[in-house]
Amino acid sequence: MTPALDIAVEHRLGNFLLDARFTADGGLTALFGRSGSGKTSLVNVIGGLIRPTRGRVVVAGETLVNTDRGIFVPKHRRRIGYVFQEARLFPHLTVRQNLLFGRWFARHHGHDGTEIANVLELLGIGHLLERRPAGLSGGEKQRVAIGRALLARPRLLLMDEPLASLDEARKAEILPYIERLRDEMGLPIVYVSHSATEVARLATNLVILDQGAVKASGPTAEVMSRLDVAMLPGAPEASAVLDAEVTALDPVHHLATLSTQAGRLFVSRPGLRAGARLRVRILASDVLLSLKPLEGISALNVLHGTIVEIGMERGTDGAAIDLRIDCNGVMLVARLTTKSVAQLGLKPGSPIYAVIKSVSVDAP
Amino acid sequence: MSDWLSPEEWTAVRLSLLVATTATIASLPIGIAIAFLLARGRFWGKSLLDALVHLPLIMPPVVTGYLLLIGFGRRGPIGQFLYDWFGIVLSFRWTGAALAAAVMGFPLMVRAIRLSIEAVDRKLEDAAGTLGASPLWVFLAVTLPLCLPGIVVGMILSFAKAMGEFGATITFVSNIPGETQTLPSAIYTFTQVPGGEAGAMRLTLISIAISVIALFASEAMARFVGRRIAIE
Repeated sequence: MTPALDIAVEHRLGNFLLDARFTADGGLTALFGRSGSGKTSLVNVIGGLIRPTRGRVVVAGETLVNTDRGIFVPKHRRRIGYVFQEARLFPHLTVRQNLLFGRWFARHHGHDGTEIANVLELLGIGHLLERRPAGLSGGEKQRVAIGRALLARPRLLLMDEPLASLDEARKAEILPYIERLRDEMGLPIVYVSHSATEVARLATNLVILDQGAVKASGPTAEVMSRLDVAMLPGAPEASAVLDAEVTALDPVHHLATLSTQAGRLFVSRPGLRAGARLRVRILASDVLLSLKPLEGISALNVLHGTIVEIGMERGTDGAAIDLRIDCNGVMLVARLTTKSVAQLGLKPGSPIYAVIKSVSVDAP
Repeated sequence: MSDWLSPEEWTAVRLSLLVATTATIASLPIGIAIAFLLARGRFWGKSLLDALVHLPLIMPPVVTGYLLLIGFGRRGPIGQFLYDWFGIVLSFRWTGAALAAAVMGFPLMVRAIRLSIEAVDRKLEDAAGTLGASPLWVFLAVTLPLCLPGIVVGMILSFAKAMGEFGATITFVSNIPGETQTLPSAIYTFTQVPGGEAGAMRLTLISIAISVIALFASEAMARFVGRRIAIE
C-alpha cells in the first residue's frame, strides 16, 4: 500500500540543517520536538512553502518534490490543507466567504465526504457564517480555519501547533473536533506539537524530531514508552499510552472502571460516559514497582507484568532509571531510583507488580 | 449656475474634472503595477526605477513639462511614434494635459499604494496559496482587496494633484481655452487681464469647493473600506 506521505528531505537554513525522512500512513501523525527542532520547516516543505535543497516529497503516491528529477509542484496545486498556528483568516471576507475560498478552487476535484453541511456540523461553526474574522474568539477562528482547509478537499491535512496560541479552555474546546476529524473524515493528518499531552491524546503515529533530524518514529504508544527516546533532550517523559473503554461507573465513589489490554483501571473523573472510548496516559514517575502482590495500600490500580528492559541511568546525578514493563502485550514504564533497582534485584524477565499512583485521562 | 459662470469658465471647470479623472484612472493600473514591483520585486535597477518614479516630485514642474514637450511633442521621439502608429496627438490637446497631470500625480499615487502593499501580511497570501489559489488569484482575491485603502488614498492624491497642476501643464500643452485651459490656467489668465478679479475669485471658490468635496468623499470611502477590512 502506498503511504499517505513519504518524505526524505535535506534543507539548509543558515547554520541549521534539516535532514529528515519518515513515512506516514492514515490517521494522525504527530511531529514532536522542541522549538527550533525543525517541525515547522518540515511541514512547510510538505505544504510547498519551502523549496528544500534536496530530497523528495510523495503524497498518496504522487511525487510533489523530487530535486533529482527537477520536480516541484507549487503549493496551490498540491491539494494539501494547512492549518496554521494563527488562524490566518482573510480579514476582508466573512466566515462564509473564508470557508468557501478554497472550495472554489477545488470545484473540479469531484465530490467527497467534505460536504459543507458536514463540515459545519463537525466543527460546530454553522452559526458564525455571517460574522467577520475580527469578531470571533481564538477558538472559533481556529475552527473556521480548519473548516476552510477541509473544504478545499485536501488529500492531506497539515496542522502546525493549531492550539499553541489558545488558553487551556479553548484547547479543550477544539481537541474533540480534531479527534472527530481523525476518526470520521479518513483524512491523513500531520500534526506539529510540542505538547506531550496533546500528542498522547491525538496521535496515531509519532515522529520525534531533534535538531532537524528524525530521532524516532512509530505507533504513539510504542514511541512514548521507548526508554531511549525518553533520554533525548526535550523528549516527553516516558509514559504508557493505553486505549481504554469505560465499562462501569460507580456513582457512590465517583469512580469509573476502565478496561484496557493491560488490565482494569479505576479513575475518578466526572463526566465520563459508560461505553466511551478514550486514551489514558500513565507517566513513568507515577508508577511504583513491587515484587509481590500488595495488600492494604491506598492505590487502586495494580497491574501485573514482566520487566522487558532496564534503561540507562538518567539525570545529572544518575539517580533514576526507567524500566519498561510488558503488561499483557502493552508497555508500561516506571521510573525508579538506582538504589531501588539494585535492592530489588530487578532484571529483564522479572515478574513484577506495577502500582499506579495516578492515571491521566485526556478526554472530555 | 450657468448664469453665475460664463460659458468659458464653465468649460474650464468641466475640462479640469475631465483631465483629473482621466489622469487618475489611466495611471491607476500602471501605478498598481509599479507599486507592486517596488514593494515586492527584487531586480537590478530597482532603486533607479524608484528614483525615476519620484522625479516629478523633486523637479520643478516646468522642467517636467518641458521634458514632456521634448518627448511627447509632435516631433519628439515618443510623440512621433504615437502619431505615426496610433494617430494620437498629445501636445496642445486635453489628452496632453491629462498626461502632464498623471505624471505629476504618479509619485504620490505609487507611494500610497506601495506602502499599503508592503503592509499586507504575506502569511495570508501563503494561506491562500495552500487553499489552491494561483499567484494571480492570490493577488486579485487577497492582496488587492487588502490594500484597497491605500489604493483609494493614492487615487485621491493623484486626483487632487491633477486638479491643481499648473506648471507642467502650461509648459507642455499651453493654455488654450476649451482645449487645455484647466482651472488653474483659467485663474492665472484672469489675473493677467484688467478687471479679471471677479472671475478669478469665482473659479477660486469653485476650486475650493471641489477640493472640499473630494476630501469628504475620500474620508467616507476610507471609512467604508476600513470597516470592511477590520484588521484581525
